[in-house]
Amino acid sequence: MNLVALTECLTSASCLVTQTTSGLIIGMLLFLVAAGLTLIFGVLKVVNFTHGSFYMLGAYLALTVNGLTNSYFLAVLAAAIGVALVALVFERFFMSKVYGSNVLMQLLVCYAFILIMDDAVKIIWGPEFKSMGMAAAFQKPPLFIAGGIVPVFYLFLIIVTLIISVVLWLIITRTRFGTVVRAAAVNPSMVSALGINTGLVFSGVFMLGGMLAGLAGGLAAPVRSLTAGMGFSILIESFIVTVIGGMGSIAGALLGSIMIGLVRSFGSIGFPLFVEGLMFLLMAIILILKPSGLLGKEG
Amino acid sequence: MLTARPNLARDILIAAVALALLLLLPYVWPNKMINDLVIRVSAFALFATSLNLLVGYTGMVSFGHGMFFGFGAYAFGLSMQRLGVSIPTAFLITVLSSALLGLVVGAISIRLKDIYFSFITLAFQMLLYSTVIAWVPLTGGDQGLMGGIPRPPFLGVDLSIEAHRYAFAVTVMVAGLLILRQIVESPFGYTLRMIRDNTERASFLGINVFRAKLTAFVIAGVFGAIGGMVMALFVSGAYPEFVNWTMSGEGIFMIMLGGLSTFIGPAAGALILSVLNDVITRGTEHHGLFLGAVILLFALGLRKGVTDFIADWLRLNREAGSRGGN
Repeated sequence: MNLVALTECLTSASCLVTQTTSGLIIGMLLFLVAAGLTLIFGVLKVVNFTHGSFYMLGAYLALTVNGLTNSYFLAVLAAAIGVALVALVFERFFMSKVYGSNVLMQLLVCYAFILIMDDAVKIIWGPEFKSMGMAAAFQKPPLFIAGGIVPVFYLFLIIVTLIISVVLWLIITRTRFGTVVRAAAVNPSMVSALGINTGLVFSGVFMLGGMLAGLAGGLAAPVRSLTAGMGFSILIESFIVTVIGGMGSIAGALLGSIMIGLVRSFGSIGFPLFVEGLMFLLMAIILILKPSGLLGKEG
Repeated sequence: MLTARPNLARDILIAAVALALLLLLPYVWPNKMINDLVIRVSAFALFATSLNLLVGYTGMVSFGHGMFFGFGAYAFGLSMQRLGVSIPTAFLITVLSSALLGLVVGAISIRLKDIYFSFITLAFQMLLYSTVIAWVPLTGGDQGLMGGIPRPPFLGVDLSIEAHRYAFAVTVMVAGLLILRQIVESPFGYTLRMIRDNTERASFLGINVFRAKLTAFVIAGVFGAIGGMVMALFVSGAYPEFVNWTMSGEGIFMIMLGGLSTFIGPAAGALILSVLNDVITRGTEHHGLFLGAVILLFALGLRKGVTDFIADWLRLNREAGSRGGN
């Protein structure tokens, strides 16, 4: 524990800026993963335990495409599309077979896929840590904001993830697909009775969720070291986020993600060995005060 | 209880016969590989059966039960290494500390229902896992507890001798299963079943659902930790894999594989999965790939545990028999 360092940081503008930026990045990337998780849960009432593996797959796809084309843009695009397709196959041929069964069967199918994808990554890309390196476009001197150091790439990440969040919000609230998705979350059989193919909606939601996770993985690839276990740790964090924000609530996921991001970045100064513990502590407190999460519906 | 349960005598008889057979096994079939397998299965049988107290009997799908298995292994190993106590004392410390862990984690987790409960238990397990990895001076980090666990003799039992270790493991397992059996067949066990089938009704009948669930959670945690302790004794150490989420995944698979509607199903699943794991490990280095494929085949193909099939078959036979009698 180092409360002196934490106080010093909180009272210095430069440190405040640096830590807030890094917290926002952690939070916004986490949000992309958690938003897909909470969306899938909201509509299908299924917790997709493979969601972290989608994120991992996105990062590795970006690594390969970046190596082949030397274009970070194409790498992120490939990560998003590639993972969306994997999510579609996973949903159609495996997950949809256990929608009607109990939670245990869904858990088992996800568990099997996490094992398979982790092993597949080890076989294809090797078991050692990989790093992608920064794209040339972002190899610029960092910006100084109020004395705090902010790398250009960080600023780019924050802006891009914000744009994605706004687009996601527009899709959900303003498009026909979004309306159907929201309706299916409330009453899927009614939506089905109105002549809408709910199976198609479910696949669409799964693809959208997978795409968001793939995007997050691709975007994060330059600033994370890639390893076969990376999916599971972000899965746990996304769970914490959705529990804090309220399951099924995208706004809650945003709030929870940013809280977790800030806890991580400032916690690493004050309690370097207890950062994970801080997240769980935050979750436990919120659960005790409001079991349905900050923005979740009661019941 | 003033009146003994009618099947108590039968259960004790079955347990005694099973224990006798297991104790005789090394003399009939002296094979180190089989002995080791039985010890590991003993640890996993306690782990899986205690998990089924939650999943099968109470309807609480815990995805973090591996937390107790790993905690038991570390608590026992650390008590022996750091405190230099006797094995029975370390056993007691393990039981009490895992009960306390179950109480704290349970009191928070049980507030959540269904799938939320599943992943909050998983989240707590991962907290323990990252603590084990990070707290290197105490736990040895990702290397695990090194240097072996001392095994001083107690009451004429010397666990550094392999035959004693074997006898100890199977005795603890059979005794543990017998106790768990008494719990699920007691009025408390039937209360848990009612909570599983209709929680609302249970609370209308004046049952304190929260307290019953918490009690079940603590009991399951203690027996899961005893399983971990048997494992720690066997490998003479404790490793982070015991606390990792895959442990919980395997536990779920064990009870599904064996069948969660019979009492002995999870133990049968522990045996099947242990043999399966051995075969896969011997045959390939891509353990995850093959185990994953087997799990998918099970979840999408079989969909029922082995003892479920046997129970169905017995019932069909009995029905056919009674029809024939008419």
